[in-house]
Amino acid sequence: MNRITLMLVAALALAIPLSLVAGRAWLFGLDRPDAWLIIAELRLPRALLAVTVGAGLGAAGAAMQGYLRNPLADPGLFGIAPGAALGAVLSFSFGFAASGWLLPIFALTGAGGAMALLALLAGRGGGIALFTLAGLMIASLAGALTSLVISLAPNPWALSEIVTWLMGALTDRSWADVALAAPLTLAGIAVLVIAAPALDALTLGEDAARSMGVNMDRVLALLVAGVGLTIGSGVAVAGIIGFVGLMVPHLVRPFTDRRPSSLIVPSALAGGLLVLVADAVLRMLPLVSELRLGIALSLIGAPFFLWLLLRLRRGSGLGLT
Amino acid sequence: MMAGTMIEARKLGLGGRLGAVTLDVAEKQVTAICGPNGAGKSTLLRLLAGVLTPTGGEALLDGKRLHDMHPRARAREIGYLPQEPQIAWDLSVRNLVSLGRLAHGDAQSAPVDAALEAMGLEEFANRPVSTLSGGERARALLARVLAGEPRFILADEPFASLDLAFQASLARHLRVQAHDHGRGVVVVVHDLTLAHNLADRVILLDDGALHADGPPEQALSPDNLRDVFGVDARWLGEPGGYVLFPLG
Repeated sequence: MNRITLMLVAALALAIPLSLVAGRAWLFGLDRPDAWLIIAELRLPRALLAVTVGAGLGAAGAAMQGYLRNPLADPGLFGIAPGAALGAVLSFSFGFAASGWLLPIFALTGAGGAMALLALLAGRGGGIALFTLAGLMIASLAGALTSLVISLAPNPWALSEIVTWLMGALTDRSWADVALAAPLTLAGIAVLVIAAPALDALTLGEDAARSMGVNMDRVLALLVAGVGLTIGSGVAVAGIIGFVGLMVPHLVRPFTDRRPSSLIVPSALAGGLLVLVADAVLRMLPLVSELRLGIALSLIGAPFFLWLLLRLRRGSGLGLT
Repeated sequence: MMAGTMIEARKLGLGGRLGAVTLDVAEKQVTAICGPNGAGKSTLLRLLAGVLTPTGGEALLDGKRLHDMHPRARAREIGYLPQEPQIAWDLSVRNLVSLGRLAHGDAQSAPVDAALEAMGLEEFANRPVSTLSGGERARALLARVLAGEPRFILADEPFASLDLAFQASLARHLRVQAHDHGRGVVVVVHDLTLAHNLADRVILLDDGALHADGPPEQALSPDNLRDVFGVDARWLGEPGGYVLFPLG
């Protein structure tokens, strides 16, 4: 394990217990009779879910940037997150969301549909440009269908539920959500780690990677599966949380040797840390209603993206990456 | 048929870019692929490297079809240097060169050090590639191919952005690889003077078809140059120091 990985593991080991005691009600001395209940049934699953969702976003972002050879790539751009969101929104619209399992299953189905479409369009020697275009098209189609479903919402409650859910949050999540998202996210990160050496080869472009023995169809399949598992399960339990996948690899990259393969695990850890800390901080803000996690991270993320573009404009692309 | 291993092209073609080309390239020599813009030079090289799938005919290594070989087995035999590749991430020179070991699965091995040394890059090993000059960068990219210890080195216009000194040094390196290390070196070369002085053999392409194939003085004869480039020119000088002189 290299230094950045160790530091991030240590930071997480510190942040998780801290997030358990932190909140509008601080639970230091366990003097409240319900303290254990709050920690075991509310804060611990929420903390683990934050780490899971953030880890998936971070790892998927790092892998996508490696695959597309582009520091501006975000896993949300390529149809899988919008596909999952469409599935979830459909479950609200049908009134299925009240059941704890149907919403995530609809979301995972949506993610799977987007993945299948992406693989169908861009697989078999389609190349990276086709992948990008197909992903953008699927994202825009899923977005349009989501808007359509929202506009056809059967009643105002469904409408309000959908819109709130789309903002992304980790409130009121349970162990069932952890049990669903954690294994899928871990499997997804493992798949992305398997694809990582090929991403290193892509540093020199598609032709060079092929000449180094990389099977591009296999890389695409691994990438779609890995991003689908991490992002699909993340959206299924937490809604849309933007910008983490874009930001985190940038924050981590300067502390690595900049090979895409060196970035995936540290990005997963840093993504988990970022979402965990952001969620804990939001929980403590003295607002009337809690600021939604997805909104808060986009509020941080969009200016970060602008700053990134400014740096890209000023320096060479290489200097930044 | 020549002794030793070779890459063979049999009626190799790709869409409208390259017609049915039949030839073979052997080890221990430098082969230059020349021709006008759009003649299909890079296409032929990429087909011989196995990075493009032909639409017609086949490319063989030791009698095995490149596309039936496992990609990694092919990669261990044939090293390919694309034309001026964009390096997406600012790797260290050592990590860039060690990419050449990907098909072997041993990133930090002796061949990486040997390749760094052969290209005179030891002192740059830990520098980020963004800090290298154009010539140093070209050497690092060639070192990546050498680190894989392939039997064939296929390079697409490696001289394109190099100044005279680096052109000379790269030409020397490529000749050493062919003549002293027994590798088959195939280079797409735009500059005919450079091709004439560098190569043991020249493949002259015109409009996606093979026009001439043989020793430089034969393949790049004034007649062939007139046919392919539409220019009257003649060669001045002597072996190892030819200059192409256009006649108006």
